Order: sequence, then structure tokens, then C-alpha cells
Amino acid sequence: MSRVQTVDVTAGRVAELVGRLAEADLAETLDPLPGLKARLRVAAGNWGQIADIAARQGLRWSAVWGDHRPPQILIRSLLFGCDGHLLLETAVDQALPELTSQVGAYIAADRPERALQDMFGVRFIDHPDRRRWLRHQGWAEGDYPLRVDFPVAGRRSGATPPDCNYPFPAVAGEGVYEIPVGPVHAGIIEPGHFRFQAVGETILRMEEHLGYVHKGIEKIAVGRDLSGLARLACRVSGDSAVAHGWAACQAAERALQVEVPPRAQALRAILAERERIANHLGDIGAICNDVGFAFAQVQMTRLREQVQRQNQVLFGHRLLFDRVVPGGAAVDLNAGQIVAMAEELRRLQTDVEELLPLLLEYPSLQDRLRGNGILPPDQAWRIGVTGYIGRASNLQDDLRRDAPYAPYDRLRVEVPAYLEGDVAKRVRVRGEEVLIAIGLIEQLLADLPDGALRVDCPAPRGEVEGIGLVEGWRGETVAYVRLSAEGRVLRYFPRDPSWLSWPALEVLLADVIVPDFPVNNKSVNGSYSGHDL
Amino acid sequence: MFRIFDRIRRTGKLTEPLPDADAEAEAVELEEACQREIARKFGHSLAIRMVDAGSCNGCELEMHAVNNSFYDIERFGIHFVASPRHADLLLVTGVVSKHMEEALKRTYAATPSPKLVVAMGDCAGCGGEFGKSYASCGPVSAVLPVDAVIPGCPPAPLQLLRGLLDLLQRV
Ligand code: SF4
Repeated sequence: MSRVQTVDVTAGRVAELVGRLAEADLAETLDPLPGLKARLRVAAGNWGQIADIAARQGLRWSAVWGDHRPPQILIRSLLFGCDGHLLLETAVDQALPELTSQVGAYIAADRPERALQDMFGVRFIDHPDRRRWLRHQGWAEGDYPLRVDFPVAGRRSGATPPDCNYPFPAVAGEGVYEIPVGPVHAGIIEPGHFRFQAVGETILRMEEHLGYVHKGIEKIAVGRDLSGLARLACRVSGDSAVAHGWAACQAAERALQVEVPPRAQALRAILAERERIANHLGDIGAICNDVGFAFAQVQMTRLREQVQRQNQVLFGHRLLFDRVVPGGAAVDLNAGQIVAMAEELRRLQTDVEELLPLLLEYPSLQDRLRGNGILPPDQAWRIGVTGYIGRASNLQDDLRRDAPYAPYDRLRVEVPAYLEGDVAKRVRVRGEEVLIAIGLIEQLLADLPDGALRVDCPAPRGEVEGIGLVEGWRGETVAYVRLSAEGRVLRYFPRDPSWLSWPALEVLLADVIVPDFPVNNKSVNGSYSGHDL
Repeated sequence: MFRIFDRIRRTGKLTEPLPDADAEAEAVELEEACQREIARKFGHSLAIRMVDAGSCNGCELEMHAVNNSFYDIERFGIHFVASPRHADLLLVTGVVSKHMEEALKRTYAATPSPKLVVAMGDCAGCGGEFGKSYASCGPVSAVLPVDAVIPGCPPAPLQLLRGLLDLLQRV
């Protein structure tokens, strides 16, 4: 199978940007947190301008989050260059929390900044969109749930009214009509609202309204011990239990300067790759099914089920919940199990190698997938979308290869990438990633280090913080954790890759026909839960 | 095309009798009982509308799994429908987020009586890892009358099937 391997990673270098900003006296260099390339403190008024410079330098935008530390709110944003991650931070006064927006440089910052406005009351003064994002009617305007004085139980009692009046922009014109869809959809799927504006059967514009499954994850994390944090992290998005669990544990372990034993690192990677395989298999089947090709659905769900059953047999959970734990892994593999998994993977590989070309060459299937839902590479870059969506549009950043953490630092990770950016290429990338993941697990199994599975995470005796960065099956998965002297969570922020894939879906739907929405949506497969938190 | 037919032939039939660690006979009996109950009480077909009221999406993955060839829930006459208006049973996952509270109530109202509500998973059953907060009403029973709870995080496909069968035998 052909794999395009250009070395076109996100072009900019963090080191260069840091040098330029320091020279221009726009930023103060701070100690980077473990796992980051650099950390800079900038003035709130320069927040947007710094992003402009970073964008020109070719850095990819990744995340923004807040942290209420009275009397200030600390705002941080994370950027990625080919030499690692850069953390920008600025502090605003809680009484007048204002700063400039990064949206001008990075459209991906749009909704995260609006979420910060809802959750912390931070105002991005030049943000082009004043609408709320995560807040519906669950709490009052002017209440900010992630401020420390906001009670976890909330301040409202009684039933919550529906959020009927979210202001969607109107479109006018002859023959233009709107289709509101959701929050309750027709299939077995999470809730969210999609507003289509269409002419005939062509989509002019689709806008998402999410936040329906907001269940207060960041708030209820506060006060938890590390095991409680890991359990919650696994449930940020159930299909990414390993990715989020690992990211949160990695953040806490870096904060506590805990060295995870090599055997546990390898086991975590095996779990993560199995999660990748299972999700890709299931989704490839579902994508094909959305254009009526049931054969693929039956075959792929068969393979997925077999992987899940093996997860149950070897690791005690079909979706691998709670197998990544603070300080290590809650699973092990004995010699017999290693052989069993190696055999399972050989069978799986044979199946996938037979089925994938069948799908990728089947004319009536490819007819529906090729040229459908195109995300052009420049748009992908502007959104900063990662994972298979990015790779199908030539944005091939992969932390396992480009900012490797153990055990990937001793493995060679291939990254497929294509230019077309259509559904067909998203399917192809996912199929190839299955085979690559099988290869990675085989390497890990062949050379599984001996030693402990888990080490203690002692209380830090002072406040500490850390960032976890993991390449989940959906893409770059981020976790920020701040712990108290007693080792309790003061702040947990998980950034699911879906924050970047939902905006990508809106872009790639332009000119797609309404009946092709499901196949496009599935080819992107954003997590509602991971986004809504 | 021939390669596809060949693959289908070689894959063969995967659908399993309901396995039961203790007694195969009981499993077969359950299966038959299930078909009997659905035939008698639901005119041979039980229509389920799923509602995610605030799940992590783990429960949805296992709900998908009961449709795969191994479990093939349709053989019992159970099928998932697109509209609550076609449903006999609402299968609800997740805690009920405040933002989904009204949507869940309206889905319930749109379901014709008599109707059943099943809370799938620990979140829906007792609040699970998310519980009750400024953003969550807690378990489904805080918002709707619940006829059965299927515990698990998430319940495996067989637990889901068994939970449904237990309910069918009770109603
Ligand atoms: S019960 Fe578990 S799997 Fe189901 S929604 Fe809740 S956390 Fe997710």
C-alpha cells in the first residue's frame, strides 16, 4: 500500500519565536513545564498580537484554558511547532478580566475563547462573536462555574428551560431554507444541534450548537485525589478512555516528577494503540454503512468486536476504562498472553490487509467517498485540526513521532498523509493507521521491559502543575493538572481533539449535499462529550 | 464483487446463542423467553429509541455493539428506531445534563403510551462518575419514571441484552 511520506510537519519553530519575542521585549521567558519546549509570559493586551506573530511563524494553535487563582485569572494557550510545544500565559484581574483575542490569527480559538467567557467571565475584547458557547440555560448569565467561588451544586434549582433562542445568523435569498437537526438525533449518537442552511439539496452553511452534554467535568474534578482524577479522565470521552486517562496521568506525573516504570509505559502504549485500532475499525465500517455499503459495516464491526473481546480477556474491560492509573498501569501481560495477543494481531492484520484494498478499490463505494467533504490543506492548517482529519489534508503532525513521549521515543512511528482531504482519504488514513498500530504493538510486545507496573505518587508538599500531551486516536490530546500540597486536584483541563474537528466539519460541508451529511460527520467523528465537558 | 462474495462466504455466520457461564440451557431458554415476550406483549417487535442525556459515549459504543453480527439484537425483534414516536421503549444513557433535561422530557412526551424507560449504565442508573452538580440533574430517575436500570460502566452487550430481557419478563 502506498504511503505518502512528505516531511511537512508544522513548519514553525518554537525556539525561533521565543527568540524573536524576547528580542522585541514582548515576552518574558519562564521555566518550561516538563514536556514543553518553552513557556512565555506576555501582557494581556498583547495576547492577540503574539498569536499573530506565532501564526506568521508557522506555529499550530492547540488549546486555551483558564485557571482562577484569586484575585487573578490565569489564561494559557498552547501552540505547537516542529520542535515542541510552547505555553503562553497571561494573567487578568478577576474584577476586570479582559484581554485581546487570538481568533484573528487562529480561527480554532473562536469557540474555546467563548467557552472561557462562559466559564470564567473572561472577555476577549476584539472577539468577533459575542455569543455564548457552552452555556445554555443551566446557569445564569453572569455566573461563571469555573470561578472558585461558584458552588459545584450551582445556584439554580428547578427545571432547566431549553435553549431555544441561540442566535443563529439568518441567511436570506431565494430558495434558501433551514433544517434544524437535534439535539436528539436519529441514530445511536450523542446529542448536539446542527443548523443547515441549504439551497435545493446543497448545504450552503452548517453551524453547530454544542454544549448539550456539558456535565461539569472540570468543576467536579476539583478536590479529587489522583485515582479519582484518572477515573474521571477516562470518562471525558468514553471512546478515548486511554488517551484522556493517559494524558491526565502524564500531567500529574510530570507535576509530581514521578518516573513511570518502562513496563507500564509500554503497556499504556499497547492500550492506546488498541483503542486506536478499535475506533478506526468501527468507524470505517460506519462510514461505509452511511453510504449503504453494509458489507464493510458487518466486516469491520466483526473485527472491532473481536478486539473488544480480547480487551476483556486480557485487560478486563472491553473499552479499557481505568487501565491507565496514576504512576503506571493496572494491567499486565504474561508470556502466554503476549503470544495470544501477537496471534490475534496477525489474524487481524491478515483480515485488514484483505478488506482494506477491497473497500479502497470498490468503485461504487469510492464513487461516494472521493471528492466528498473536502477539507483543503490550507484550511486544515488554519483550524489546526490533528489526527486522521489533519493527515488526510496533509497536516500530519503526530506527537508520537514529532514530540515523542515514552515509549514512542524508542519506536519508529509512520504517519500517513494525503493532499485530497476528502472522506475517501480520511478512510484510507484510518485503515493505514490500523496497520501501523498493529506494527507498533508487535514491536512493543517483542521487547516488553521487565519491572514494576506502578509507582507511588506521593503528595507534593507544595502546589505543582503539569501538562500531559498524548496522541490519541482522534489526535493530539491535552491535559492540564494543578495539584495542591495534599495531592488534590485544584484544576483539571482536558482538551479533546474534537475542539478542532468540529470547526473542520463545518468547513468541509460547504457544497456537500444534505443527504451526505451523515457520512461526512462520521468521517470526522467529533466527540460531543469530549468537547462539551 | 467476487472477492466480496468470497469474503462473506468465508466469514460465515457469527451470531451466537446467548452465552451463559452457568448454564447453556438457561441461555437458550432466555432467548426463547425473550422472543415469546416480545411476540406476546409487543406484537413481535420492540422498538427502542435511544437518548443520550449526558453520557461519555461509552454506553453508545456498547449499544452499537449489540447490533453487530455476534449479538444481532434484531433477531429478537428488537430494533432501534429514529423517532420517539415509533418507540415502545426509551433507552437512556448518561446522567441527565441540565442542558438535555428538557430535550429528554420532550422525547418522553413524544413517545406513545404505554412506554418503558430503561436507564443504561451507572451514570443513568445512579449518577455514576458525574453525579449531580450545577450541570447535571443526576440519574435519569431524577427526571423521568424509570422501569429498569442496567448497571455497568458501560454495560457489556450481554449485560444490556440480559437487562432488557429481565424487564420484558416483568412487564
Ligand atoms: S455509565 Fe460509564 S460508559 Fe456509560 S455514560 Fe456513564 S461513564 Fe460513560
